[in-house]
Amino acid sequence: MTAVLEISGLKTHFFTHAGVVKAVDGVDFTVSKGEVMGLVGESGSGKSITGFSILGLIDQPGRIVEGSIKFNGSEIANVSEEELKKLRGNRISMIFQDPMMTLNPVLRVDTQMIEAIRAHENVSKQTAWERSRDALGLVGIPSPEERLQAYPHQLSGGMRQRVAIATAFLNKPDLIIADEPTTALDVTIQAQIIHEAQKLTKQTGTAMIWITHDLAVVAGLADRISVMYAGRIVEQGGIDDVIDRPLHPYTVGLLGSVPTANRRGQRLFQIEGMTPNMLALPEGCAFGPRCQARKAACNAQPPIEDVEGRRLRCFNPQRVAEVTS
Amino acid sequence: MTDATTDSAMTAAPLAKVETPFQRFRAEFFESKIATVALGIFLIIVLLAILAPWITPQNPYDLAQVTIMDGRLPPGSEAFDGYTMWLGSDGAGRDLYSAILYGLRISLTVGLASGVIALLFGMAVGLIAAYAGGRIEVLIMRIVDLQLSFPASLVALMMVAALGKGVDKIILALVIAQWAYYARTVRATALVERGKEYVEAAQCLGISQSRIVFRHILPNCMAPLIVVGTVQTASAISLEATLSFLGVGLPQTEPSIGVLIANGFEYMLSGRYWISVFPGAALLLTVVSINLVGDHLRDVLNPRLKK
Repeated sequence: MTAVLEISGLKTHFFTHAGVVKAVDGVDFTVSKGEVMGLVGESGSGKSITGFSILGLIDQPGRIVEGSIKFNGSEIANVSEEELKKLRGNRISMIFQDPMMTLNPVLRVDTQMIEAIRAHENVSKQTAWERSRDALGLVGIPSPEERLQAYPHQLSGGMRQRVAIATAFLNKPDLIIADEPTTALDVTIQAQIIHEAQKLTKQTGTAMIWITHDLAVVAGLADRISVMYAGRIVEQGGIDDVIDRPLHPYTVGLLGSVPTANRRGQRLFQIEGMTPNMLALPEGCAFGPRCQARKAACNAQPPIEDVEGRRLRCFNPQRVAEVTS
Repeated sequence: MTDATTDSAMTAAPLAKVETPFQRFRAEFFESKIATVALGIFLIIVLLAILAPWITPQNPYDLAQVTIMDGRLPPGSEAFDGYTMWLGSDGAGRDLYSAILYGLRISLTVGLASGVIALLFGMAVGLIAAYAGGRIEVLIMRIVDLQLSFPASLVALMMVAALGKGVDKIILALVIAQWAYYARTVRATALVERGKEYVEAAQCLGISQSRIVFRHILPNCMAPLIVVGTVQTASAISLEATLSFLGVGLPQTEPSIGVLIANGFEYMLSGRYWISVFPGAALLLTVVSINLVGDHLRDVLNPRLKK
């Protein structure tokens, strides 16, 4: 498979008055054509900032300080705004968490979709309208002609997210970054949206980065998974390896805190403590203070290494026979 | 795509009728009787003012039609030319009914023109401040603060004193006195809107800056602008009347409502109430009706007061 996106050593830091926040601190991953990569972590682990870094949408006081982002073989980290504008919404699209917020409330659906096409291609309004209608049909919206005339408030949450997904696929991008797209939806709608996204990536060969904190979603959708903690990737590999045989204590903890039916009555596992203050990260392994498998070696920063078919950043991998299910 | 059609949640709610935000707004606006009546009164006033040359017995600006013989006649008197002066006449012999309608023409023109120009200018400045940020924003907003620390009437008075008399100069003075209110309102709203996710989403779609500002952010700022616009237009009309009353606004030969009130002021204590009271009532009716409409617009357009 050809790599659509190759990120290596990406560091995005925020220079605040209180100090430097290393929101993303040395992230590497690749996403290939037609592949879904799950980017998992708690709030503040830097997963969304990674997504925004790819699109070059990091606001002051933040910036990409180091690393390379190669998209289809060419470098896009710190290139000009003009170059990035050609990519955004065209070659790389984004889907956001809250479909209530991402559609402009005063513009009709057709206006917003046609605008997205015409920002990148010089086509007539009629052609753009037809493409919008076809895209809505593709994500399973019945009578798309009618929905195109609707305002966002007239659509349900699931419908709006379908519109957002259709908009993301409008210009047949090579990569879609989905930032917690199902978090604001209820479970049945969630399943439908995941189904649509999965189907579309398989049909079009679009690569996808699915940012989420929900391991259950990732387990059913992604081909590969990267677990982030405090701005770094702690474990990365094929979905079956990581979910079935997690090695990093953090991944083990995350999987252990997913409620499942066959452990009914037992207490859920919880990871002790809080996510670390990004202004004052602990010495050595950032997960150290919360880790139950902590060793003396953990006072130093663990390097990321290849362990049992995956990338792992831990001195003391856990070999728990069965974590979930 | 057969899976979609079996999906009941999607097919359950066909869009019976597409109600645009404007239609919804209109329906909510006319729920209030007071606002509807106020809007009706305002429209009647506007209509009377527009039709003034055809429905008044006298052109008060044409000195040939005004005779001093008719001076200070009480309401209902017969004029020298034979028509009845239902509202009496002023010191110069102008039929008050005619003078009020002609005066309203000037007052409304000045009020609406300065309102629209101040709105456009303030809107542009406010948007620039909100979108540019940094030093430009600080500079613009400190000028706004500085100006808002003076009463609008004082600013207008100083401007008229510097510029001189005349309709165009009054409009300019009122624009200078009022643009800052619009700039502040637009900036505050635009700052909130700029932080919203749909702006981020539009950026992610690669849409150009100017399109985001004018097509996405600006329409979302319209609700507070409309409210401020109506209230400020009413205040521009009364501000013009104030200036004219003080003798620095419009000249005696083109009496606006303020000039008429000022003309009658000296006769108030001698029992000739009508010269000031009728123009005053016309001004009151105009300003109050606009304010009532503005007040209700605020209720309708404020999402926090939504039922």
